[in-house]
Amino acid sequence: MPAVIPEDSVGIVEPQKIEFNQPLQLQCGRVLNNYHLMVETYGELNANRSNAILICHALSGNHHVAGYHSADDKKPGWWDSAIGPGKAIDTNKFFVIGLNNLGGCHGSSGPNQINPETGKPFGPDFPIVTVNDWVESQARLADYFGIDQFAAIIGGSLGGMQALQWSINYPDRLRHCMVIAAAPKLSAQNIAFNEVARQAISQDSQFYNGHYYEQDEVPRVGLMLARMLGHITYLSDDGMRSKFGRELRAGQISYDFTPQFEVESYLRYQGERFSTTFDANTYLLMTKALDYFDPAAATEGDLPAILQQARAKFMVISFTTDWRFSPERSREIVDALVEADKQVSYAEIEAAHGHDAFLIPIPRYLDVFSAYMQRVEADTQALSDKENH
Amino acid sequence: MRADLDLIKEWVEPGSRVLDLCCGDGELLHHLQNHKNASGYGLEIGPENITACIRKGVNVIEKDIEEGLASIKDNTFDTVIMTQAIQIMMRPDEIVDEMLRIGKECIVTFPNFGHWRARGYLAFRGKMPVSKFLPYTWYNTPNTHFCTFKDFERLCVERNIYIMERTVVDNEHQHRWWIHLWPNMLGEIAIYRITK
Repeated sequence: MPAVIPEDSVGIVEPQKIEFNQPLQLQCGRVLNNYHLMVETYGELNANRSNAILICHALSGNHHVAGYHSADDKKPGWWDSAIGPGKAIDTNKFFVIGLNNLGGCHGSSGPNQINPETGKPFGPDFPIVTVNDWVESQARLADYFGIDQFAAIIGGSLGGMQALQWSINYPDRLRHCMVIAAAPKLSAQNIAFNEVARQAISQDSQFYNGHYYEQDEVPRVGLMLARMLGHITYLSDDGMRSKFGRELRAGQISYDFTPQFEVESYLRYQGERFSTTFDANTYLLMTKALDYFDPAAATEGDLPAILQQARAKFMVISFTTDWRFSPERSREIVDALVEADKQVSYAEIEAAHGHDAFLIPIPRYLDVFSAYMQRVEADTQALSDKENH
Repeated sequence: MRADLDLIKEWVEPGSRVLDLCCGDGELLHHLQNHKNASGYGLEIGPENITACIRKGVNVIEKDIEEGLASIKDNTFDTVIMTQAIQIMMRPDEIVDEMLRIGKECIVTFPNFGHWRARGYLAFRGKMPVSKFLPYTWYNTPNTHFCTFKDFERLCVERNIYIMERTVVDNEHQHRWWIHLWPNMLGEIAIYRITK
């Protein structure tokens, strides 16, 4: 944490665990009788509960979206650049909810949590969850807070896919839908990357078919490899070149297999760090949820047809050097929304950072984001005025 | 408000679905939303303009229209509009064809290179015209395809494009009775309403 908490930070925040006892029918056919979600909220819910914003997280994300957990916290939440008093998502005006999705490993029901029926961690027995299941669980979370309709649902990457699915499944429960650096479904190449990551994990000798908790082990190498691969795909060639080039750590080549280039040691560091903070079974689940995401499957691939159901206004944003979910993929969403006669705006942000750009406070990105949030605020205000008359 | 927007407004049916190509800061669409209950989108490439549109509540899609409009289906829009931009297109004829494919009717405005001031500048000074209205020198101008009203109307004849209406105004978008005496010489901007 910085010596003084900045004025535009939400400050020290505390997560809360929310229990749900109504059985949740999952898309895979299984049922979760009881489950819990780890949640953080910032700002105040207004009297008519119309100012709520749901932030959906990406692959390795969680509920800690903004602020600090303690005075010793080195880093704020993952989207602190966008959320706080006076920031694009202004917590003086909006009530913001971040959650850890089902299957996650940061406190929500998932593989590393105790299965109440067996008293042991779920491990690989935790059911496969899909974006649809998450939307369903998030709708119940909205019910818990008494929120009938979100002012906006916002997400990047896998989070953007959840926001898009929300607009289809619950058209009346969101006024605005912000889909950032996402795609209407994964390409074969995307799925291929995910499969390599999964193989790296499941082939690790410490994986024990997912039962590594009982062995007090972690498939660290597999997780590290999965993350290294993922990381490469989240950056761009230009971004990596400008950040690392072919810089050598020791200044000269040593003709052996130790990491010599800066980029090698960076990837190893990131991978190793990730392997100590993330759960391998969750990584498998989250990548599967990505692979399975395909809202247009319900209309035999006709995306405009399924989006007919939506009633939200959309803001779609992509980044020029993102090759994991390239601007073309975002344009597929935009074209389908235009064909479905929906309200949509689209911005393609010039950025060198690849897919990761959606988390980086690029000035133009923040400008567009803030401008759109002003529109969300104006609509929320108009609704309040209408209800007060 | 820009005077041409008032003129264009008259040609847009209430409740129309409109596409505004090179929509700038979204002023026209904003106006059509408020006064004609129109819906639709602007296409634009300028970052500041895109933000301005969003701030106004105008739906804007970042797109370089020179890359084509193929992703938009035939007859998607009631009216497709392009104000003061056809002269910057690499292939104005293809853009007009595309506009007429995706829109039932189109509104096009452009500066008239046949205006007496442009003619006089070239005739007497022997240089490409530079004025407050056309403020670029020949090497840095975005205008790659200037035309006169006559040129545009000839294109319409060649392509079987029907000119439903035409209004010719001065550079402040004002009607002047005398412009109609010799539009191609005296008019600075024409506003065409065309269909196939």
